Amino acid sequence: MKKTGVVYDGYPSKEELEQSPGFPNTCSLSKGTKAVIECVQNIPCNPCEAACPYGAITIGDNITNLPILDVEKCIGCGNCVAPCPGLAIFTVNMNYSDTEAAIEFPFEYFPLPNKGDIVDAVNRAGEIMCKGTIIGIRSAKVFANTNVIKIAVPKEFADIVRSIKRLPRK
Amino acid sequence: MKNFETEVAIIGAGSAGLCAGIQAANAGAKVMIFDENHLPGGQLFKQIHKFFGSREHRAGIRGYEIGKQLLDEVEKSGADVHLNSVVYGIFDGNTLGVVEGDNHYSVKAKKIIIASGGKENYLPFKGSTLPGVMGAGAAQTMVNVNRVLPGKEVIMVGSGNVGLIVSYQLMQAGANVKAIVEAAPSIGGYGVHASKICRAGVPIKVRHTVLEAYGENEVEGAVVAELDENWNVVPGSEQNIACDTICLAVGLNPMSELAYIAGCEMTYIPLLGGHVPMHDENLETTVPGIYVAGDVTGVEEASTAMEEGNLAGISVARALGLINDEEGKEIADNFRNRMLNLRSGAFGEGRRIAKATQVEAFNEFQAKEGAK
Repeated sequence: MKKTGVVYDGYPSKEELEQSPGFPNTCSLSKGTKAVIECVQNIPCNPCEAACPYGAITIGDNITNLPILDVEKCIGCGNCVAPCPGLAIFTVNMNYSDTEAAIEFPFEYFPLPNKGDIVDAVNRAGEIMCKGTIIGIRSAKVFANTNVIKIAVPKEFADIVRSIKRLPRK
Repeated sequence: MKNFETEVAIIGAGSAGLCAGIQAANAGAKVMIFDENHLPGGQLFKQIHKFFGSREHRAGIRGYEIGKQLLDEVEKSGADVHLNSVVYGIFDGNTLGVVEGDNHYSVKAKKIIIASGGKENYLPFKGSTLPGVMGAGAAQTMVNVNRVLPGKEVIMVGSGNVGLIVSYQLMQAGANVKAIVEAAPSIGGYGVHASKICRAGVPIKVRHTVLEAYGENEVEGAVVAELDENWNVVPGSEQNIACDTICLAVGLNPMSELAYIAGCEMTYIPLLGGHVPMHDENLETTVPGIYVAGDVTGVEEASTAMEEGNLAGISVARALGLINDEEGKEIADNFRNRMLNLRSGAFGEGRRIAKATQVEAFNEFQAKEGAK
């Protein structure tokens, strides 16, 4: 049988995500926008901890610990998305509209999309899953050239869509 | 030939050499740093990604920004950086032979720190001498330093962090990466680096290898095949992938020649890239007064290289009596702890054990010498 998981496929499996302490469960996500931390390996890294203004992310003195998300403290502000050097943090708002969820993800390619654009939304494997509408682009100086893009997609893709197909260069 | 004297001579102005120079000069030492390149910073200025680690390791800051910080700190420290300066030998354990541009001179130093870095491994296969086959580090220099795209359709060989990061950066520069090919049964580098490549739609083919590069005058494509559990090609699994560039990210090895010339005892540690100089916990080699830091003493990554540079710089300052020994020990312990932090977890533990072996080799050698 083909082995699955981040070291074989390049992206974490459903089981790896569900077992990681930074990945909120469906119940938590129903309560409002939350950070979704898809960091499943013990690598030495902790900028997310300091990036959270609400103390919702904990790593501790041992910087190879996995980040733990306190879903009660997390308000889904998305300030942790750009500082993650691994580009592994997203936010998910299950209730952006009656039919759509909103997903924020880090994006470091040019050209950037424009607000209002309809684009191809892709899953963790880069496969096009559906169309999505760009509803926000944040490019603060503290983000250090990582743009944070917010996209609205049909609700059933909230746990599936994690980026957009790169846009062609002019 | 002119002869100069200095307290501390450092070979290499990369992550390790610059940090060593900053620490030693800030402690009051007269420091000269030599680098054969026309720009300082080593590999830092081609690292356009955000670094890992914690705040003290400058985490979250892009490599080239860290490079700028270090150049700024080195200038303030008063260390004297000589560029276009090749150190071709170390004589009598304390004198460097230097060719700087058209001049050549010698530098007698009380302490020497070798921070000469590492170099990329090559992988021979049919057609691997065709133009278009290059080291991943070379491709990274082309896009990020010289702003030249080596090609538009790339196959990356090797899924360690270098292969993953350079693939990502080639895409950021406008290339397409057709596939990452990894002979091992699993991906070598960080999952988060692999994940961002996957989101861009790049297949990472584990248990696959490049059999051949083909093309009339340059690379036009590659034959890629699957490997079985014994690393043999699975018959019939060969496929052609059109591409104009094949990047090799198949590891690095320490540029330890100067340490060897100087008579430093070496030990062979495959995990660290091959032959590395033995050293004690202060990074001093078996030749008194010669220290090593960074990839030359075992291939790791820039964050550890900076910490090793810091430790080597403080160690020579202590040995020169420039810092109160108790205070110096405390600073050195702090740098050692920061290194242990980087050498922990699933990806770091092997290196932590390997580095301990290197210090053990030093201790065993000294015990044997002492017994003679």
